Amino acid sequence: MMPFFFSTDMFRPAYRLALLMLGGVLLFGAACGSDETLILATTTSTFDSGLLDELEPLFEEQTGLNLKIIAVGTGQALEMGRRGDADVLVVHAPTAEEEFVEEGYGVNRQLVMHNDFVIVGPDDDPIDMRSAEDAVTALLGLRTSEMTFVSRGDDSGTHKRELSLWNELGFDPAGEDWYLESGQGMGATLQIANQREAYTLTDRATYLALKDVLDLEILFEGDPGLLNIYHVMQVNPDTSGDINASGATAFVDFMVAGETQAIIAEFGIDKFGQPLFVPDAGRSVAELTEE
Amino acid sequence: MELIWDGIREAFRIIGTGDREVWSITLRSLLVSGSATLLALIIGISIGALLAFRRFPGRNLAVTLVNTGMGLPPVVVGLVVAIFLWRSGPLGPLGLIYTPAAMVIAQTIIAAPLVTGFTVAALGSLPSRLRPQLYALGASRLQMLWLVLQEARLPLFAAIMAGFGAAVSEVGASLMVGGNLAGETRVLTTAVVLAAQRGEFAPAIALSIILLALVFLINLVLTGVQQRESRS
Repeated sequence: MMPFFFSTDMFRPAYRLALLMLGGVLLFGAACGSDETLILATTTSTFDSGLLDELEPLFEEQTGLNLKIIAVGTGQALEMGRRGDADVLVVHAPTAEEEFVEEGYGVNRQLVMHNDFVIVGPDDDPIDMRSAEDAVTALLGLRTSEMTFVSRGDDSGTHKRELSLWNELGFDPAGEDWYLESGQGMGATLQIANQREAYTLTDRATYLALKDVLDLEILFEGDPGLLNIYHVMQVNPDTSGDINASGATAFVDFMVAGETQAIIAEFGIDKFGQPLFVPDAGRSVAELTEE
Repeated sequence: MELIWDGIREAFRIIGTGDREVWSITLRSLLVSGSATLLALIIGISIGALLAFRRFPGRNLAVTLVNTGMGLPPVVVGLVVAIFLWRSGPLGPLGLIYTPAAMVIAQTIIAAPLVTGFTVAALGSLPSRLRPQLYALGASRLQMLWLVLQEARLPLFAAIMAGFGAAVSEVGASLMVGGNLAGETRVLTTAVVLAAQRGEFAPAIALSIILLALVFLINLVLTGVQQRESRS
């Protein structure tokens, strides 16, 4: 007697279909796996703004690599690099990145672009953040008001920047009634702030990308402390045997190449009337902060 | 309200015009969850038959574990599978992380306990004298299994529907082990999450409608077969 799953009438069409599907998936998996892959761990801000959707096909066409973009916070992206689970990173938390490089996990770190962080909130702005002189005093008003602030709370670059502002104030907002931690990406956090009529710190690109569905307005901007700088770097191939070093080098070169930088300079103009990022290849962070 | 109408209109526009990306996402959902359901059926029916017919020490514990597994949180499955499949993990060299195969594995783990539980229930509901009679008629063990599965095939359709429903509707595990990569591991549920995060609500609603329609159609077909069988 043959095993039951090979036999007789009733299930036969169903099995044929099932085997066909299984074969389909295997082929499909093989098709996806046949290209050399490169894993990019990146911030949600570059992803939610749509910039990488535009760059990915270009890079794949130029190099023949299969780029896998994993959108996580900067903290998580660095962690993936430490474990050897990513080949190349696009991140925006300079202090944490320098640590990462010093520890020997990151190499070939290059400045790619910048924009800035802004504080957004309800248009009526009950705590009068618009008249604040700097970012730190802008946040100060939240402590004594009934207004809510939504923090990313996910160890992302934006979250790290927000924490450093509170740190400058010498104040720890964790556990306060008015302080919410979303634990999600920038797009989701902006929508929570929108529904709660709350304030939040966001990168300008994600804010502009979602502006149509938000009732939040930019209430504070322009503090030099709110500069948002993106670097690309490759994970040190010596730390793990699985790193695609040549692919990672190709990606770093791609991000700072003239053609890519020109696309970054244009990105968003057609949709938002202004660019979302300023390309910075070849410049130094010191030059940016002097501006 | 306007948003909801926009979403519904967008859904019909996409279905009507055959937007290629949306169709490939739908096909991928069907393929990934269909394969996972198939694997879950093979695993679930085998273990389910064992639990239904054999008496062994620890059987109650095993059935309890299966029942617990029927409510297995997809994110937990996603996390565990991801840790194993990461390049730094024990199965890293297989290179499965962020592939459809990884999603099939995770969804199989989610669906298999459901199929097992339904199988135990279906086979348990058969008359208790059926098996001794079959053996008395000289059936081999495999013949016996085939015959009782035939006998219980109607409730087993419920197992297929439950398994597929769980696999196609979960999102946590697919996000974690698949990475929601455009054109590779983006399925209907993860595409809905992404569209909503980006504030693109109309496409999010459209994709949700397509997902619901897909589950509805699969269930319609399975229920149709089930009903026809029960009449004949």
